Amino acid sequence: MEDRALLAASTFCFLLGFAYTMYVLGTGRYQPSRFGFGTMACGFILQSCFLVQRGHALNACPLTNLFEVLIFLSWSMVLLYFVVGTTYRLSLLGVFTSPLAFTFQAFALIAPLDSPPGPRARVVAHPWLETHAAVSIIAYGAFGLACVAGVMYLIQERQLKTHHLRGLFFHLPPIADLAVAINRLIRTGLILLTVGLLSGFEVREVPLEWSKVIWGVGVWLIYGGILEADKLRRVTPRRVAQLSVAAFSITLATLWGLNFIKPAVSL
Amino acid sequence: MEVVCLGLSHQTADVAIRERFAFAEHELGACSGELRQRPELGEALILSTCNRVELYAAAEDSAAGIASIEAFLATRVTLEPEDRRYFYRRDGAGAIRHLFRVVSGLESMVLGETEILGQVKKAYGIAVEAGSTARHLNKLFQRAFNVAKEVRTKTNITRGPVSVGSVAVDLAEKIFGRLGTCRAMILGAGEMSELTARALMSRGAHGIFVSNRSYERAQVLAEETRGEAIGFEQWHERFDDIDILISSTSAPHMIVTREKLGHAMRQRGNRPVFVIDLAVPRDVDPAVNELDGVYLYDIDALQDIATQSMAVRRQELTECERLIERHVGEFFGWLANGGGQRPAMMAPNNSAGVVLGTPAS
Repeated sequence: MEDRALLAASTFCFLLGFAYTMYVLGTGRYQPSRFGFGTMACGFILQSCFLVQRGHALNACPLTNLFEVLIFLSWSMVLLYFVVGTTYRLSLLGVFTSPLAFTFQAFALIAPLDSPPGPRARVVAHPWLETHAAVSIIAYGAFGLACVAGVMYLIQERQLKTHHLRGLFFHLPPIADLAVAINRLIRTGLILLTVGLLSGFEVREVPLEWSKVIWGVGVWLIYGGILEADKLRRVTPRRVAQLSVAAFSITLATLWGLNFIKPAVSL
Repeated sequence: MEVVCLGLSHQTADVAIRERFAFAEHELGACSGELRQRPELGEALILSTCNRVELYAAAEDSAAGIASIEAFLATRVTLEPEDRRYFYRRDGAGAIRHLFRVVSGLESMVLGETEILGQVKKAYGIAVEAGSTARHLNKLFQRAFNVAKEVRTKTNITRGPVSVGSVAVDLAEKIFGRLGTCRAMILGAGEMSELTARALMSRGAHGIFVSNRSYERAQVLAEETRGEAIGFEQWHERFDDIDILISSTSAPHMIVTREKLGHAMRQRGNRPVFVIDLAVPRDVDPAVNELDGVYLYDIDALQDIATQSMAVRRQELTECERLIERHVGEFFGWLANGGGQRPAMMAPNNSAGVVLGTPAS
């Protein structure tokens, strides 16, 4: 099966799972279902197959262009959802993750992002560079999931504030649990990003791209600042949720912008 | 074999009548056994709760079975002629449907409440232990428990809190998650605040502080709730220690202002606080809800949520009845095809709602 076909099938799974859950939520009879979980699992398996197939074709970690980065990011988020969602019984985290995974993959499929590997990609097979790129993207996946939990927090918090308790209210987790989830996801992302950044400095074969280093450190500082402010109780949990959404949006936007400056992506 | 049921409930009899016919828990086993010994009845089970007394049996002849249950009741309580109107009689599909509705909470005083399921399970357990049930009632009650589960999971009949106390508890759980680590403060030891505090305690909240203008009254309530009484002027000094504030004073002015709470929130590092204002006139300035981390609900807001939840439950009735009807048909089919002898003149949709021989109203 062609790798893009695998990706299209995976994207369809995420869309199907999201559409189904939205429909069930609309009827007011939502229950965590095998179907919702199954579509996420199928989507994850198919995107994993895509990444393996692409990796074999490149003989390297498939992170040679923005197309692959988006797919890897989507894969990281879904992977982390399976870890976090099942650990903390946040089944609705999957409902909120699936549209993001769908958007990333649909955009990657439609936009002309799948450019042939550039000269830099030839050294991607270097173990430190692969570690740097893969771990960094998984870190962004954790930040993405923190953003998803932040959206859930803001929805739940708004319903509590306005006293308008709609159907979703009864299925969303308590805001205290979501605040903990956001904190842990940002902390996980920050640890992974630290490992990613440090491993990047171990790559001797290619010169450092300072724009990317500055960008990576900037992202690290933003999330580090959020975590510190939360720890010192300088900001309310609601503000942390807002910041987690804003920080991920900025990260995505700047990643996109960075790709125009340095088209051959290896983060 | 047919299933029959004779009973009375909060819908047909007030508490003075219900208590006359009620069975104590320790009597249930022996009475079920005694009922089964009657020649007209093959199996028997007695359900006795504060809202209903129902006697179920399996009988070859439904009319004779009902009459036998009535005769059994007459051995315990003097049956006056006017008592007959308090009882309903169900047989065949009507009895099966009635049990499925009871166990699903559709016949309960609070529509959709789930406590009845535990009570029916307990009654069934006692009857099984007493050896008063056999194939038909065992199958019926096992099916009833499955029906209750299905109704609960596939519909919204149990969704949402329907009393002020349960609304407060549900909201607290949506803010703090588990209430095991939550501490509450009662400001003004009124009946409503006490009930709400008790509802919170039943779900794990502990460390209740009671502050009241009359310190003696605060001490009494603190003792009852295993809490701590504090002076009325000192309540804000303990604000840092609590997660839930229940206010119900008779003060003519606002006790908790935005300015006061804003300062207190900064002191407590913006930890969320759930403020329940049960007082009329209100104790808490509505503007405090604009503060980050403050969730304010007054008595009207709590009552509105309870009313909305009840409306949702009522909307679910049709869906619940559709589910129940499917199970009634299936169980009746089992009775007809090998579960028991096919009862004559009985159709699955026959509700057979009669009160000791007279049509049910």
